[in-house]
Amino acid sequence: MNPFSSGTRLRDMIRAIRSCKTAAEERAVVRKECAAIRAAISENDQDYRHRNLAKLMFIHMLGYPTHFGQMECLKLIASSGFPEKRIGYLGLMLLLDERQEVLMLVTNSLKQDLNHSNQYIIGLALCALGNICSAEMARDLAPEVERLLQFRDPNIRKKAALCSIRIIKKVPDLAENFINPAASLLREKHHGVLITGVQLCTDLCKVSSEALEYFREKCTEGLVKTLKDMANSPYAPEYDIAGITDPFLHIRLLKLLRILGQGDADASDCMNDILAQVATKIESNKNAGNAILYECVGTIMSIEDNGGLRVLAINILGRFLSNRDNNIRYVALNMLMKAITVDAQAVQRHRATILECVKDSDASIRKKALDLVYLLVNESNVKPLTKELIESLEASDQEFKGVLTAKICSLVEKFSPEKIWYIDQMLKVLSEAGNFVKDEVWHALIVVISNASDLHGYSVRALYRAFQTSTEQETLVRVAVWCIGEYGDMLVNNVGMLDIEEPITVTESDAVDALEVSIKRLNSDLTTKAMALIALLKLSSRFPSCSERIKDIILQNKRSFVLELQQRSIEFNCILQKHQNIRSALVERMPVLDEATFSGRRAGSLPTSVSTSTGTARNLPNGIAKPAAAPVADLLDLSSDDAPAPNSSGGDFLQDLLGVDLSPASAPPGTSQPPKAGTDVLLDLLSIGTSPPAQSSSSASNILSSIQDDKTSLVNLNGLASLTSLSPNATSASPAPMMDLLDGFGPSPQKKEENGPAYPSLVAYESSTLRMTFNISKQPGNPQTTLIQAIFTNLSPNVYNDFLFQAAVPKFLQLHLDPASSNTLPASGNGSIIQSMKVTNSQHGKKSLVMRIRIAYKINSKDVLEEGQVSNFPRDL
Amino acid sequence: MIHFVLLISRQGKVRLTKWYSPYSQKERTKVIRELSGLILTRGPKLCNFVEWRGLRVVYKRYASLYFCMCIDEDDNELEILEIIHHYVEVLDRYFGSVCELDLIYNFHKAYFILDELLIAGELQEPSKRTVTRLVAAQDSLVETAKEQTSSITNIIAQAAK
Repeated sequence: MNPFSSGTRLRDMIRAIRSCKTAAEERAVVRKECAAIRAAISENDQDYRHRNLAKLMFIHMLGYPTHFGQMECLKLIASSGFPEKRIGYLGLMLLLDERQEVLMLVTNSLKQDLNHSNQYIIGLALCALGNICSAEMARDLAPEVERLLQFRDPNIRKKAALCSIRIIKKVPDLAENFINPAASLLREKHHGVLITGVQLCTDLCKVSSEALEYFREKCTEGLVKTLKDMANSPYAPEYDIAGITDPFLHIRLLKLLRILGQGDADASDCMNDILAQVATKIESNKNAGNAILYECVGTIMSIEDNGGLRVLAINILGRFLSNRDNNIRYVALNMLMKAITVDAQAVQRHRATILECVKDSDASIRKKALDLVYLLVNESNVKPLTKELIESLEASDQEFKGVLTAKICSLVEKFSPEKIWYIDQMLKVLSEAGNFVKDEVWHALIVVISNASDLHGYSVRALYRAFQTSTEQETLVRVAVWCIGEYGDMLVNNVGMLDIEEPITVTESDAVDALEVSIKRLNSDLTTKAMALIALLKLSSRFPSCSERIKDIILQNKRSFVLELQQRSIEFNCILQKHQNIRSALVERMPVLDEATFSGRRAGSLPTSVSTSTGTARNLPNGIAKPAAAPVADLLDLSSDDAPAPNSSGGDFLQDLLGVDLSPASAPPGTSQPPKAGTDVLLDLLSIGTSPPAQSSSSASNILSSIQDDKTSLVNLNGLASLTSLSPNATSASPAPMMDLLDGFGPSPQKKEENGPAYPSLVAYESSTLRMTFNISKQPGNPQTTLIQAIFTNLSPNVYNDFLFQAAVPKFLQLHLDPASSNTLPASGNGSIIQSMKVTNSQHGKKSLVMRIRIAYKINSKDVLEEGQVSNFPRDL
Repeated sequence: MIHFVLLISRQGKVRLTKWYSPYSQKERTKVIRELSGLILTRGPKLCNFVEWRGLRVVYKRYASLYFCMCIDEDDNELEILEIIHHYVEVLDRYFGSVCELDLIYNFHKAYFILDELLIAGELQEPSKRTVTRLVAAQDSLVETAKEQTSSITNIIAQAAK
């Protein structure tokens, strides 16, 4: 051993690393080696530089950082000897990538090496340049490479040709310089040069239309002849693979011919014969032969029309499809996908075989086949194909079911010839793979069912039947629950019986059973359970005989740990017990859902690409508020469909209001108000007006839509006095209106009901940080006195402490201020302070109210004072 | 074109990586991890192609090693299988019935051979004989250079005595 040697040999290091038993040991060895190499680098050790770099490359492959060795590569490349350069260039290609700045430093060395007298050194430089050159390097060194295309040694010429490919890909402007030298490479006899020359021409055609024109005109015939010579050449041991002379060259020639023939009838005509010869003569019992046939089919499909050749090509693909080799079947499917745009009819002929492939055990093939089937479907064959796909759904594994389900749903929706068929197919999918069905898909199904009034009975019966057999599929359960809730009476009375149906006998209690099962099954999620509760509420009026039982089931959820369920249970129970008179109106069947709105919304949110199935975007949430005539019943009902509506869309107040949010994110109400108190108050709220005037749903919807229009007028809720029971969930979402409700109803509900004229609430004062709203009412029989309820909402992100409201009025008025509900105002509208006052107008009828106000509070113990005048009171107060 | 070549052992150890398209070091590690998860788990009788990030990975297993090449969607997968086999045959000729250990201890040789076979992600030479001849010629250049240096060191060593 050399006395100056430091560290170990490469072989020893590898051995040491391999003998490590744990990752920690390995790290220790690598750390030691790296330390030694770093030391050697800093000492500028020349003798072992290449060995150190080799070690670094090995360490690099193990995944350790080796950036400190990058400069060593450059030093080795700059040294004179071949061994150093060889390892230096290898390190350069391995440790660096084209995006590193260090690479620029190597340009000069590369330039020198490209002009070196030793052809192997030129070869090294070309190889490195071809593998990692950047656009700048390509520009700088292109002239050298161009010159080397005519180098005497063929091995340099072929390297230069591939290097040129990299250059023109990086800098397409340089392409024209390479057209002539590339064309001359096509006349070479040396296979390496020829193969790289053909490849260079192919890539030139891709980046430059000028090159394409040139080669098409000058070289097509020559290439056809080369291919012909090759196909007819005698056995050549050096290039022979499976009895075929140089399949690589075959394939590259076919690829270039494809580009030349595409869109040019003359060129296509010129290559017809040789393509036919290749397609018929090449043996297809080995992979090499199949590779050529595959390429040949691709070329035939791409060039200008020649009926005879196309038939030949499709037949080859047919043979491929029935091949036992999975690889061959895979490429056949791949090619059929391209062929479908050229000759859909011919591809349709292989439908049966393709469908077989959907059931294949190989995931790659299954997926390819499914993509292909998806493209094959049209109006005429959708029925049998869907049937086949649904059958394969039964046989497929879990992983594939998701993809397959999405595709089937998308097909059924796109091509369905009639609604009953659509409902049938969706039902099959839901029962087979309901857990993989996306939300918008089953939402769409509900919309369709709702629109097909003659199929309501049929759908609910079919769903009931399916529900009996497969309760495991979440979405099936949901749709079934929804339909039973809506059309339960049709289920029991066999309304709208179709001829094809087998009659079933379902009693009212059977239907309730089904809902009970769906609430109690262990894997039901919150949405399903919530939907089932609503369905039960609906049935309570339709099945009077079961109402006691329904009440029991609903009550069972009173102690649910899930707030949403608990709340629904309690609220619904109130409706059942105390609001008999409005119940039937409340739980009326939903009006037909607007199909156009729904599909429009989906179209807006879904990508239209063919391959991406039904997309994933959920856009339903907004939908509820949108339909022009959003009736109350609608709101109540769909609220559960929409369960996981994102409550981040703060603007969607109405939705929040109706308690659509089941997601835990909607918990905040509980934070500002202890949940228990919340429910108590709620009970109050629901029990006050024991006999509120029955509201027609149309007037209710008016009020609701006015809220929707003016989101700021939260307090309008008070106008909902008699409606509270209609929107039992109101409290669940936004605490501010909840408080309003409490105050409005808690202390003086009776008065409310006897109210004289009703006044709209008004925003009495608003600054960027604070809003004060007045709710105005009159005491009957006392026109001079006005009751005002002031509601303060914090619009800033800071909490206000020591909140104090003061008001002053002119002499003709008398003001009495009640204590405020609190002196702390939570941030960002998360709650409010309410303060009542009584104003007596001694000049009633002559002068209207006016008031000066002052509001003082502290933000982070800093005093803030706001003042203003309220003069926008209604006139006749 | 071939975007990269990977040699991965059955245990998921990387034996060779060659990148013809720009991937940063971070991406490289990620790609390797993703693909070993994808390929090593596939059963023996399945097809040799895996779709991955809009590209296609062609792999073939030889003994304990997986040879993987990543190509564009419209490249010829069957030909890539031939190229992989071509590479393996050249390795076999060079090492004389090659095994994984040869590729571990002489990983640089495996790279040198690959560099004579592929440049810029395209095939360079269809003749196995030419490839082995070129690699051998360069090896002998290295040997000569080594002998020269060692004789020079000897002279220096003797002069120093």
